[in-house]
Amino acid sequence: MKTNGAEDLFQPNLPRRHRIGRWGLILFQISTLVGIVVLTALVLNVLNRTFGYVAMTYQVPPEALSINGIPVERLHPLDLAYLLRQHLPPDLLARLESEGPLEQRDRRELLDLLTTKVMRPKVLETWTLAQSIFCRQAIQTRVERLYPDARLVFRSWLTPEFLTRPQSSRPEFAGVRTAVLGSLWVVAITIAFAFPIGVGTAIYLEEYAKGKDTWVNRIIQTNINNLAGVPSIIYGILGLAIFVRALAPLTSGAIFGLVPEGATANGRTILSAGLTLGLLILPIIIINSQEAIRAVPKSLRLASYALGATQWQTIWHHVLPSAMPGILTGTILAMSRAIGETAPLIVVGASTFITVDPTGPFSKFTTLPIQIYQWTARPQDVFRHLAAAAIIVLLVMLLALNATAIILRNRYAKRRG
Amino acid sequence: MTHPPGSEPIAIEARHLSVYYGDFRAIEDINLPIYRNKVTAIIGPSGCGKSTLLRSFNRMNELMPNVRTEGQVLYHGKNIYDPDVDPVEVRRRIGMVFQKPNPFPKSIYENVAWGLRINGFKGSKADMDAWVEEALRAAALWDEVKDKLHQSGLSLSGGQQQRLCIARAIAVRPEIILMDEPTSALDPIATLRIEDLIRELAEHYTILIVTHNMQQAGRVSDYTAFMLMNERRAGILVEYDETRVIFTNPKDKRTEAYITGRFG
Repeated sequence: MKTNGAEDLFQPNLPRRHRIGRWGLILFQISTLVGIVVLTALVLNVLNRTFGYVAMTYQVPPEALSINGIPVERLHPLDLAYLLRQHLPPDLLARLESEGPLEQRDRRELLDLLTTKVMRPKVLETWTLAQSIFCRQAIQTRVERLYPDARLVFRSWLTPEFLTRPQSSRPEFAGVRTAVLGSLWVVAITIAFAFPIGVGTAIYLEEYAKGKDTWVNRIIQTNINNLAGVPSIIYGILGLAIFVRALAPLTSGAIFGLVPEGATANGRTILSAGLTLGLLILPIIIINSQEAIRAVPKSLRLASYALGATQWQTIWHHVLPSAMPGILTGTILAMSRAIGETAPLIVVGASTFITVDPTGPFSKFTTLPIQIYQWTARPQDVFRHLAAAAIIVLLVMLLALNATAIILRNRYAKRRG
Repeated sequence: MTHPPGSEPIAIEARHLSVYYGDFRAIEDINLPIYRNKVTAIIGPSGCGKSTLLRSFNRMNELMPNVRTEGQVLYHGKNIYDPDVDPVEVRRRIGMVFQKPNPFPKSIYENVAWGLRINGFKGSKADMDAWVEEALRAAALWDEVKDKLHQSGLSLSGGQQQRLCIARAIAVRPEIILMDEPTSALDPIATLRIEDLIRELAEHYTILIVTHNMQQAGRVSDYTAFMLMNERRAGILVEYDETRVIFTNPKDKRTEAYITGRFG
């Protein structure tokens, strides 16, 4: 179609331009696919280790404990208490009684005692989910040959007991309660420390220091941007020097007279860990909050000033509420990062093995990533299954915290219409 | 430069006013008395400093970076740029309506009530309700929104939003309202409603309006100031007179050229 001669100006390359576009599309689809494949592989790998056959023996098999043909897990609490009295050595029994009479404890606790103190299952060998599905025959023959008195059971390493039990050196009884509580404590302190300071800094930089482009402000801004990229281990070393060592009287609770009885934490407390992670995520919160504050339309500020509002009223009533969804999004990202951090906590002195729950900011602590790291570092293969189960707990916890934060943010954004 | 006969009472007056953005002088030596309870329009080609002049009447210019003001703006005999004058107080008394409607992302009621509240309104809840209603009535918006006061101000149409902004501005009882091209983002019908409103408001308020639209200046204003850029690109006041005189019998050739559409 010759029309006005404009065709002579342009090369007839329309098919080529479309072709380039199609190639681009394919490229993007491939990159998305790669991402999905990698994520699926990760989840499968974790699930693979969370379930599977185990060969195990009991010191006292559960059948031996059944009364009148009722299996042990369905027995009445009073029967369970009776069984405990029958099987436990007197000194242990006396100690348990001094904590509280057996008959007054609830079913779950009694069953737990019965498992850990009487039945005492012992895992001899474990297999992954894939092996359990595809090499069942081989596993069975192997168990019959190597462990004639063992039984082969399909076990989920992720059980309700796994969540409620503290750490233990026996993989059969180990749980993540201490680590989950430790993680929650640390994250709570991290956010309580980093959120107000981060948002406050962002407000200062965006609202008060903006007009004055001095070299001090430029240096601060540049440094914050760079700090966001500093490796986390460095923050760990910083936390060790400042919070654990220099501020030990504060972080151990000594100056408040709050050191728990018999504590050996010194400065290596939940508070130190929370503050260290707080420093780590501070630049992320500041940068994200600055972005959110910058995105608040100028017209909103002008409208407020034109009514005779002060700068503080403008910030508090208009800038902050409008920026809050964005600020919260940044905080959620930062929180996820803090939950997953391991390296700085190792430096700050996370405990390798504690079985007591954290009771406050001045307790010793461990966190889920630390726990996972330690389990994977053990030579015994059994602990790898525990690590896999703990990874699922960590992922679920991460999702739950993020979901809560996102719901809060959306509700906030909606309320402002 | 000519001035209209100075028999009317003056609400606010610029004297030898110059505003700089950094080293650039945006307006130069403006002398402009604004008469009480009149509508004064500022017209002129783009970039001649109309908005800068308008904003310097309530110190909104100071919210821009690197602004410096020379000269005086006299309000009740006091220069509002004196160091002992608080710009926050100035802006409560000299309100402003902007080019694009910018209601707060709050309810219609809150949009109006907020200005009262932050200025330390002393009345009860019932007083507040009455005050909000009065402001919305004065802005000719009450009948349209009385059943949905608690819906978001952003749910209104553009013209309604602009009238809400006017209601918000008059709720804090200013003496003077500055309007920076208040209808340039609106359709012709919404524009006409705002123009009618401006005429009604002039009974109680002194209104200073910047407009691109010369017909609008002719329709709504009692006085018109015509601005131009000089050879240094600084805005100067060319002619200031009753609107009738500016549009029918301008004394300056440049005004006549602009009015008749030969440039601008």
